[in-house]
Amino acid sequence: MPSVAYGRQLDAIFVLSMWNWFFKLGSPPHFYRIATRLEPWLMGGALVLLVIGAYGGLAMAPPDYLQGDGFRIIYVHVPSAFLSMFAYSVMAVASAIGLIWRMKLAFCVAAASAPAGAAFTFLALCTGAIWGEPIWGTWWAWDPRLTAELVLLFLFLGYMLLRQAMPETRQADRASGILAVVGVVNLPIIHYSVEWWNSIHQGPSLMKLETPSIDGDMLWPLLVMIVAYQLLFIGILFTSIRTQILLRERNTRWISDLLS
Amino acid sequence: MSNASSDNLRQPTGLEWRQLALWRGDRCLQKNLNGHLQAGHAITLRGPNGCGKTTLIRTLCGLTEPEYGEVLWNGTAVRLQRAELHAQLAYAGHRAGLKDELTPRENLHFAARLSGSDDNDLAEIISALQLQGCADLPVAHLSAGQKRRVTLARVLSSGKPLWLMDEPFTHLDQAGREWLSERFNQHLRANGMLLLAAHQDTGLEAHRERVLELQGGEP
Amino acid sequence: MSIFFAVIKHDLAMAFRRWSDLAMPLVFFVIVCTLFPLALGQDKELLQAVGPGAIWVAALLATLLSLNTLFREDFDDGSLEQLALSEHPLSVLLLGKTAAHWLVAEVPLVLLAPLLALGFDIPAAGREALLLTLLIGTPTLSLLGSVGAALTAGLRRASGLLAVLILPLSVPVLIFGARSADLAARGQSIEGPLLLLGGITVLALTLTPFATAAAVRVTLD
Repeated sequence: MPSVAYGRQLDAIFVLSMWNWFFKLGSPPHFYRIATRLEPWLMGGALVLLVIGAYGGLAMAPPDYLQGDGFRIIYVHVPSAFLSMFAYSVMAVASAIGLIWRMKLAFCVAAASAPAGAAFTFLALCTGAIWGEPIWGTWWAWDPRLTAELVLLFLFLGYMLLRQAMPETRQADRASGILAVVGVVNLPIIHYSVEWWNSIHQGPSLMKLETPSIDGDMLWPLLVMIVAYQLLFIGILFTSIRTQILLRERNTRWISDLLS
Repeated sequence: MSNASSDNLRQPTGLEWRQLALWRGDRCLQKNLNGHLQAGHAITLRGPNGCGKTTLIRTLCGLTEPEYGEVLWNGTAVRLQRAELHAQLAYAGHRAGLKDELTPRENLHFAARLSGSDDNDLAEIISALQLQGCADLPVAHLSAGQKRRVTLARVLSSGKPLWLMDEPFTHLDQAGREWLSERFNQHLRANGMLLLAAHQDTGLEAHRERVLELQGGEP
Repeated sequence: MSIFFAVIKHDLAMAFRRWSDLAMPLVFFVIVCTLFPLALGQDKELLQAVGPGAIWVAALLATLLSLNTLFREDFDDGSLEQLALSEHPLSVLLLGKTAAHWLVAEVPLVLLAPLLALGFDIPAAGREALLLTLLIGTPTLSLLGSVGAALTAGLRRASGLLAVLILPLSVPVLIFGARSADLAARGQSIEGPLLLLGGITVLALTLTPFATAAAVRVTLD
């Protein structure tokens, strides 16, 4: 009987090591090729949709009855705010996959989405401040959404700084992965606490992003812009994942084949 | 003899490693390392500095993850049963694992709590290692050789079958080295297992010791 | 379970042999709390308004200061790898160390806070709430801090990094803690936020030990 168990054990080890082999060696070149092929389509699609959305938002949508033309900044603000959250989720999910299945490509995805996410977060903060200036009369009114966005930027920066401080990629991957997972558990709590913090001052917020009913002419460019940003993000993500793969696998045969 | 070896094949015991690849950062230290440490035997790692002796020991006790390959304890992957391996091993690395503020006695007492062994024979091991004089001084006041002996005392009194030791003979004088070799031999005769990295002659019984020569290791 | 208390006992024994480490965050806390009135002026209403927040921020910074040494020395002298090689669950052992850190670094600070609140002219209800919120909130700071300390234990010059990692994560604790102390000082009921703060602490207590253990294993790798 023990021999059967031992045989099964060997099988399990074989399967596991096949998986390891698949993830560690098989996947990055494969992904690299797919990403290279898809990238122009993603970027092109993003560009087309950006033009359509921008035209729809800036030219076709009617001015807001309260905010005039000032509201049009939401066509940049809302997609970037959405993408900042999305990028953090991608980072955390990829980190979790990497930590659980020891998958290198997942860590590439996590490492690649941090700078893009931080950039979108920064954009959302800037546009939020610019938007707020004419409405609240101040650049920074401690609006709960923007405050949560600011904390999100800190989380991104912490993640990137931790990666930078770790000398070895493997250690940096796993350490920053743990941080991302802890952060994503904390994120809803941060959001809730900031909402509560805001509510004890002024009751329900006066100026929320979702106006009760948004005009159809205003809405469709926004949706187009969100999709455009999404494509743009995935395009940027693919580029920087490819950079990550090139960096990590620079000593392997397939990279030298690729570059020669 | 052949009977015994086929038994071993069927029911693998001890510490085994297969196709290990060890990396430090960008550099591959070793690849395709295979080995098997069985009860009553010792493996001595030799090789130039930077060839991965320490990394191999740390990988085998589960501190470092191998880049590739598998470590097995009694036939099962250590990844899946870390606690089972840790319940059976005692490790002494380059770092002493001692607290400067505490005395050797307190350090050893806590180590015994950690490893789940009773510390009844603590007094015996302290006198055997000639630590009576400094057993109640803070470790900060001890010499390098004395600290080394406290570290040894932790492993020797652990009651664990598998000892992994990185350069156990450093900082010891001639008498200390001979005494330690004798303790190692006793441990092996009692069906213990020993894996050590050493530059010196280990003084182990030849039929129990296997030397694993690691190649490479340019700085 | 007994190993949990053995770790606490061991760490406390060490902390008391080196009382300067014990006193340092406390002195820092008192000095920072003194700086606020010096910087803001003696306006009683202003001090009353900023008091709870100022004391909470000072407590957060003092915690950070003490967290730097939580695993650093254990990493350097090799005791951390001995913990990781124990047959006991690493998360329990590290939770013991974190508990010892809380007892040594946080509890004195919590007890001192109502005294410092006198300097901000905070009324009795506010002082009580300050004590209570710090008592409920500081374990979370220690727990979150233990994750950060474990991630940075192997890095030289990581003290600034620890702050960058931990402070954003501490935002909810700070908000609920400081704001409810302030609300209490204004005579309002703070049952709700206190419960939320307690909920956060329970969540941190159940989840962070695993993150800390994973982080220690990465640091030792």
